[in-house]
Amino acid sequence: MDFAHQLVQQLINGVSLGSIYALIALGYTMIYGIIKLINFAHGDVYMVGAYIGFAAVTIGNMPIFPALLISMALTAVLGMLVERIAYKPLRHAPRISLLITAIGVSFFLEYTSMYFVTPTPRTFPEVIPNISFDIGGFIVNGQQLMIFGITIILMALLTYIVQKTKLGKAMRAASFDTETAQLMGVDSDKVISMTFCIGSALAAAAGVLVGVYYNTIDPLMGIMPGVKAFVAAVLGGIGILPGAVVGGIVLGVVEALVSGFISSTFRDAAAFAILILVLLIKPSGLFGKNTNEKV
Amino acid sequence: MFFGKKKFRLAAMIAGGILACSMFTGCGGSSGDGGGDKPAGDEIVIGANFELTGNHAQYGANANNGLKLAIKEVNDAGGINGKKIKIVEADAKSEAAESVNAATKLISDDKVVALVGPAVTANVIAESQVATDNKIPIIAPAATNPDVTVEGGKVKPYVFRSCFIDPQQSEVMAQFARKDLMANKAVLYLDSSSDYSKSLGKIFKEKFEADGGTVVMEEAFLAKDQDFKAALTKIQTANADVIFVPAYYEEVGKIVKQARELGITAAILGTDGWDDSKVVDIAGKDALNNTFFCTHYFEGDAEVQPFIKAYQAEYKTDPNVFAALGYDAGKMLISAIEKGGNDSEKIRENIEKIEDLVVGTGKITMDPATHNPIKGIVVIETKDGTRALRTKIAPVTPEQTAQSESGN
Repeated sequence: MDFAHQLVQQLINGVSLGSIYALIALGYTMIYGIIKLINFAHGDVYMVGAYIGFAAVTIGNMPIFPALLISMALTAVLGMLVERIAYKPLRHAPRISLLITAIGVSFFLEYTSMYFVTPTPRTFPEVIPNISFDIGGFIVNGQQLMIFGITIILMALLTYIVQKTKLGKAMRAASFDTETAQLMGVDSDKVISMTFCIGSALAAAAGVLVGVYYNTIDPLMGIMPGVKAFVAAVLGGIGILPGAVVGGIVLGVVEALVSGFISSTFRDAAAFAILILVLLIKPSGLFGKNTNEKV
Repeated sequence: MFFGKKKFRLAAMIAGGILACSMFTGCGGSSGDGGGDKPAGDEIVIGANFELTGNHAQYGANANNGLKLAIKEVNDAGGINGKKIKIVEADAKSEAAESVNAATKLISDDKVVALVGPAVTANVIAESQVATDNKIPIIAPAATNPDVTVEGGKVKPYVFRSCFIDPQQSEVMAQFARKDLMANKAVLYLDSSSDYSKSLGKIFKEKFEADGGTVVMEEAFLAKDQDFKAALTKIQTANADVIFVPAYYEEVGKIVKQARELGITAAILGTDGWDDSKVVDIAGKDALNNTFFCTHYFEGDAEVQPFIKAYQAEYKTDPNVFAALGYDAGKMLISAIEKGGNDSEKIRENIEKIEDLVVGTGKITMDPATHNPIKGIVVIETKDGTRALRTKIAPVTPEQTAQSESGN
């Protein structure tokens, strides 16, 4: 295999890995965009979503799409509960308290799940035929294409909700100034609840798709993807939906190229070097505008 | 904020009380003569210090199940000289420091006469100091690193194991690659977050190159990675005859699956971390053709059947290798207690003298010089999803073990 061939194959690998980061980063960035909370429990909500999908497929004997929808619905309820119980009482507390609570929620979800489902990884049955296409010597996987497609569709749908609907308008208003929005008749609590619902449903979709694609799920599966998705969201400009997708794909491609042409040992170092560089050079991210934040 | 003044005072008193209690029990433990403490009543208390939570929980929990089965069998048969064995469990939480805490608690609070576990090398090494200081013997079921029982060329008197050691595994696989598979070029693909994987890779390379082969590429991944395609695409360019992946089954399954998807047809070799039926579920039957790994026992062997049947009856699932080794460790401890009662020092001496003891995975003899059991290794080939015994390597003699240790 020559250099050019490997380069193209690595780009395919990178985009496919990146679209998974992007899918998780969408929920991350959306929650941040509305209530300025880095929801560290997002990766674990993604794990719970994967398990609900798994239960629907194996115990409920459902085909994958109903299972996906059920998982999204139940995980949305979970997200809403987490917000009500853990975050809402801290609405007026300093932001650092919220952040620490999010880390607590993350551990709570990880180890509660581990208690119930045991730490042994589960293997997803093959619910979508796993077909690899050989296009001129380049290997593309059918499930990869599906994940990429779903990521783009969800990004478009979310952008539509946030920019064009009444709920979206309320979200943007609450994001801009929660109290003023409330004075104008926006039910901020409801809007924030809805944000968590949608964000968690997205995480569930990602969890189920990743479970299907990589074939295994375990209670700690959310940690690393959660952190990588955070890097992706920051890279694209946290709070900006298309930014999360572009950030995810750029991150995936960088990881693939570093693995392929430098050394796989440096792969994660490269990912986190990107985070540091972005924070140093352009903290608002690729798509972010430099605004004066009132801190 | 949340506590009223009174409640706060109450909480402070409770906290103070707990602190004081733990200090007293701590003193009690160290003022006693350690190993000689005999538990009251008709029970012999042993400690199970395993990774029940955290990253290695799947290994620790299985080994713990194996141990519990061995103890349950002996208790159901009336115990040892009328005394039942009681297991006190503690959670090593997959961290070295927590493993030390758990061992300290078991020794000083629960007055155990011996410890079994943890599963993972680093946690056993951390724990071994506490056990040695208190003169409590440990049997580590699955810690295959040579340093577990030997430190600076000297055997640790209180630390034993029920499994073979890593250098043996790598040597067997390197030799297998050269002689059976006629491989000339090998690639190493290692889990850089695991000492187990790195030390196996290093010894494989030494042995494979000493036998005339070349290791043409070394790549690495991290435990819990999901996507391996980038590194595998690079590995593909090396056109090697064999790819050596000494890692645990969860990652191995995905690596094999993704390698075959990319069109890599080379033989993929591994070690005992592969030994779990889940590999087939994760990788798929076809992908696992042309893969080989070495492990502690072959489930088709007649001598392993009693253990497998008992395990299935107890837990309604097939045992994996960690369960088998936990069971073996339990069997070793039982035989040592049978011969010498419930005194830690006697138990230690008896474990050292174990000879031709029938355990779950076959027969083992303890090598007093290294505290490694002398037992065979099997090489397993997976064909269309079922395992077949490829070769069986006879038990290694103590002299050979000593050589391979000095080779490190």
